[in-house]
Parts: sequence; C-alpha cells; structure tokens
Amino acid sequence: MHELSIAMALVDIACEASDRLHVSKIDALHVSIGPLCGVVEEALAFSFELAAAGTPVEGARLVVQQAPLTAFCDSCNEERTIPSPQHLRCPSCGAPTPAVRSGRELELVAMEVPDVPDRADSSERPEEKRFARS
Amino acid sequence: MSRIEQIRQNVLKKNDLLAAELRNRFSGVGVRVINLVSSPGAGKTSLLEYTLRELQPRFSVAALVGDLATDRDAQRLSRAATKVQQITTGTVCHLDAEMIGTAIADWQLELLDFLFIENVGNLVCPASYDVGETMRAVLLSVTEGEDKPLKYPTIFNSADFAVITKIDLAEAVGFNRDEARKNIHEVSPDLPIVETSARTGIGMDLWMDRLERLSHTRGDLAPLI
Repeated sequence: MHELSIAMALVDIACEASDRLHVSKIDALHVSIGPLCGVVEEALAFSFELAAAGTPVEGARLVVQQAPLTAFCDSCNEERTIPSPQHLRCPSCGAPTPAVRSGRELELVAMEVPDVPDRADSSERPEEKRFARS
Repeated sequence: MSRIEQIRQNVLKKNDLLAAELRNRFSGVGVRVINLVSSPGAGKTSLLEYTLRELQPRFSVAALVGDLATDRDAQRLSRAATKVQQITTGTVCHLDAEMIGTAIADWQLELLDFLFIENVGNLVCPASYDVGETMRAVLLSVTEGEDKPLKYPTIFNSADFAVITKIDLAEAVGFNRDEARKNIHEVSPDLPIVETSARTGIGMDLWMDRLERLSHTRGDLAPLI
C-alpha cells in the first residue's frame, strides 16, 4: 500500500500551500484522482488521517473527486471518455484508444480554508510533525 | 465560513521533479535505464541475470535492486554486473526517484551503458512512481494467469514494454498466449510484447535486441520489427 506515501506527499504540499496563504488551519482538501493514477480512494482516506496528524491539515476533510479517463479515438477523430481502464476502447466505435489524454492525474485541486486569513507568525503555529520515510 | 483556494498541484510533484532531474542526468551521460516491474516471483531477477550476462561482455552494466528486506537478489546478480547495489526499502512497497538518486549519488554514471532498476515485487505501487527510467518494462509470468493485466491495468498502461516470462512452462500450466496478449492490449493497446524464458533462452534475442536499440529518451522507442 503506497497510499501512505501519497498521503504524506499530499499533506506536505497542503502545508506548503497553507504557508503561502497564511492560514494555520485547513477545513478541507479537494483531490482529483484519475483511474490510471494507481491510487485507491479508500486507502488514501485511511492514510490521510495518519499523515495529517499533528500538522495544519489535521482534522481537514478529504474530498475526493474521480477524474474521467479520456483518450483520443483515431477512427472517430474525437476525444472520448473511456468508461473503464480495463478496456481502452472507444465507447462509440470500439476501436482501441492508446492515446490517453487524461486519467493519470493525482492532484490537489483546491483547499477550503477559514474565511478570515490568519496572519499568525509561523512560530505561533502548532508544532508541525513531519514524517520521515520508514 | 470557509473560502475555497484553487491549488491545482500534482501530489507527486516532488518525485516527478526528482525523476526529471535523474532522467536528464542519465541521458546527459548516455546511460539507458530500465525499470523492471512485476508481481513477486514473476522472474525479474532471472531475466536480469540473463540480461546482465549477455550484455556484460560488450557493455558496462549496473543494477539497483529494490527489496523489502533481504539482499538475496543483489547477491545473485553481483556475479553478472559491473556494479550491483541493494536498496532495502523496509516497509515501503516501491522505489521512488529519491531512493534512486541517493543510491547512485557517488556513482560515475558516465562509465555506464545500462542501468537496470529491479523494482520491489508489486503490481500496484511502483506504477505511480517515475524513477527517471528510459523504459519501463512490466513482466507477466505464465504461472500468474492471463487476466493479470485486467486486474492491474494501471501498471500495464504505464509500461513501455511487456515481457511474458517463463514461456517454457506455458503448456504445463495451460497458459493461453492469445488471451494474455489480448488482455495486455485491452489495457494498453500499442504495448510491444515479447515472450521469453530466461531458463531456455527462448525469445531472449528479441528482448536483448530491444535493449540494444533503446535510445536515451523515454518514449522514443524504435518499433519492433
């Protein structure tokens, strides 16, 4: 299960973003995962709580949206949404569609933060806990 | 009340940046890097042993071997390569760009023609981690059954090349080659496939030929004849 490593990377970039935005608390993270990025939503949600503990992300909701898998169909000359990564075929004409356009992404799309910016100096924040790779 | 801040950042950005740096370094000195991924027991070490033995008289070859706990594979390979280094990952189920960068930190890469990375045996996690390779080869052994690609589409889709291994056992285990090829192409329509046996040498010429014709840039693979 590599979702713990992924969750730690996610918490890291969320912490960096919270520094940039001068907020010490994050209410929610919106994450987009494609069917071909190799991440299982449930495992990510489970790991996320562990990775977030002791950081400004602790307690934030993890909102996962499934990104569509799209590929270009040469026969139809059009981009298509592919229903399943198990069959990379055009849903309209059935031709194989090797040219994947999207579906590999694993992205922190947005964060919900308290509306009042917190200008607190970083030294006043709760101590951040960074995980070393085990 | 909350407000929404757009971030739009790749979660694996750090790994991908490190991998891009590695890839630049590798191509700058002309070393071709092959990342071998498969489930445990598919025959990565045997394929690699054969490959290193074949290449070593004419090329300078090295291997990095990822393993959870032991250095058995590295020991097996050290007889056949110029340099073999073990990366013991502990509980981590994949190799990432940082581990590769650390392992080769003091290597003289310019002395190498090929670097093989034997990833941790796992068909899930290594798919997400770019390690700066020139080519990612996924192995499927005949003993695993024909439907593995459908169960693990991501790793097959992320690969540049597929190697069916232990083909000498195909008949004994009732392996249906056509079905396996069809399933691989369902999840990755243009993926080149070779059928090999490191024990008998069947098909290894095609694999070796592909390696020797590898250019230094990922995705720039010459077509299989």
